[in-house]
Amino acid sequence: MKASGTVFKYGDNVDTDVIIPARYLNSSDPKELATHCMEDIDKEFVNQVKPGDLIVADKNFGCGSSREHAPIAIKAAGVSCVIAETFARIFYRNAINIGLPIIECPEAAKGIAQGDEVEVDFDSGVITNKTKGTKFQGQAFPEFMQKIIKSEGLINYINQKQ
Amino acid sequence: MGMTMTQKILAAAAGLSEVKAGQLIEAKLDLVLGNDITSPVAIHEMDKFTTDEVFHKDKIALVMDHFVPNKDIKSAQHCKCVREFACKHDITNFFDVGEMGIEHALLPEKGLTVAGDVIIGADSHTCTYGALGAFSTGVGSTDMAAGMATGKAWFKVPSAIKFNLVGKPSKWVSGKDVILHIIGMIGVDGALYKSMEFVGEGIKNLSMDDRFTIANMAIEAGGKNGIFPVDELAESYMKEHSARSYKIYQADEDAEYDEEYTIDLSSLKPTVAFPHLPENTKTVDQAGEVKIDQVVIGSCTNGHLDDLRIAAEVLKDKKVAKGIRCIVIPATQQIYLQAMEEGLLKIFIESGAIVSTPTCGPCLGGYMGILAEGERCISTTNRNFVGRMGHVESEIYLASPAVAAASAITGKISAPEE
Repeated sequence: MKASGTVFKYGDNVDTDVIIPARYLNSSDPKELATHCMEDIDKEFVNQVKPGDLIVADKNFGCGSSREHAPIAIKAAGVSCVIAETFARIFYRNAINIGLPIIECPEAAKGIAQGDEVEVDFDSGVITNKTKGTKFQGQAFPEFMQKIIKSEGLINYINQKQ
Repeated sequence: MGMTMTQKILAAAAGLSEVKAGQLIEAKLDLVLGNDITSPVAIHEMDKFTTDEVFHKDKIALVMDHFVPNKDIKSAQHCKCVREFACKHDITNFFDVGEMGIEHALLPEKGLTVAGDVIIGADSHTCTYGALGAFSTGVGSTDMAAGMATGKAWFKVPSAIKFNLVGKPSKWVSGKDVILHIIGMIGVDGALYKSMEFVGEGIKNLSMDDRFTIANMAIEAGGKNGIFPVDELAESYMKEHSARSYKIYQADEDAEYDEEYTIDLSSLKPTVAFPHLPENTKTVDQAGEVKIDQVVIGSCTNGHLDDLRIAAEVLKDKKVAKGIRCIVIPATQQIYLQAMEEGLLKIFIESGAIVSTPTCGPCLGGYMGILAEGERCISTTNRNFVGRMGHVESEIYLASPAVAAASAITGKISAPEE
């Protein structure tokens, strides 16, 4: 399985309030949430993002609130993968639980810029920056988490176990 | 090798004699929490399950606190969804308007969280209950749904950072100043994926409300949980509020910590976090001339009775400066009632502040105090991210109730002794 697309690049500590501001949390509809994704940090994101595009960020991506609406909004906006130097722990759990692929890779976070064309191979964890012709080895998911992602989320995984 | 306090609780909940940092475990849950924002998503996820039952109707808490009393039609729909779910499953601990409070102040007060518990909540500040010696952590709605259905959750056993608290804080230094100091020291990801274990003789000088505030903001340093040892004060709190039995766990003497810090509480000064991260701290005497437009005293972090008492002490016989909006929000109905009986509400209203029913409201920019472009608020809440309380060009300064109340009087960020 692979993801491929154009990168939207952000810095440190992108918090869940800028990913999906709380003023929109009176809705839990993924499509509606997606129309406000990244609104308070990048007003152009929703106009420019195409299915398959990637978000790349520096450290502590997704810090703050536990709102699952944040990875839901990113996934519903069409983003195929988020790569960051590090993720905040609740966001990390939530992304896996809803089946949004995320990869921690400090080297990739440094070596990828806004607008670069990037491909991610989920099986090998290899991240290729096609614009710059560079490759990075991303951290593979532990087996336990791979099962959850392959089941397309925690609920299906639990259903299959029972 | 010894275990930390958190590791001991998790080992017991997983039915294991020992766990190590990094190990993946499945633990039994004592309580699963959700609110009016996160529960509807969890309830929708529940529909995907092959089973329609909840694991235990007494071990789920649903608290309508973020946008209630309903701020708009969509919020009303969310609360209706949760209300119907609670009714269908006969959920014992469903708290609607009239009984509700801000969840993390309400649950300990109702005796639903005690030492030794393993608790997940679909709210990041669920880490608050570590003040009572419980393992509690924030999760998302899918984890909440799985927890409600199975009574279990998977965890990666965290390593820990030890904070040795010594000495006695001065009069105007509170739990808020302690935790802001720590976040300023280690950064907003300084405890990422880790436990923050607070120990030391200085803890006896911290009230339960101070400890709730400190544990509450462990997440603002990226922590998985914050936890305090259980002393006489914590035991008497639990005996007063809960009929449940509790279990006290202690870290082993040879437990390993990634880092250790000693903090002399007597050396701390009132502290303010500047925009737009809780780690941007300065002591109030270094704040400079920062004019404000609004003051918020409340939230799961600082809406406790101690918080209202100290704010009232500062505001007594004084006036909120002209042009400043001062909003006071007791965290629960019980705190509201007690504040009324003690005359605190009278002090607030006579000073020119307003007093609201319990709600998370302004903390996350929901309602009840949204900021316009260019406006500044000093707030006892927990986050000062871009746009958190309103317009993206507004600013939030985090501080203790004493500093917030003093600032309301002067119209600029001020020390309580001024």
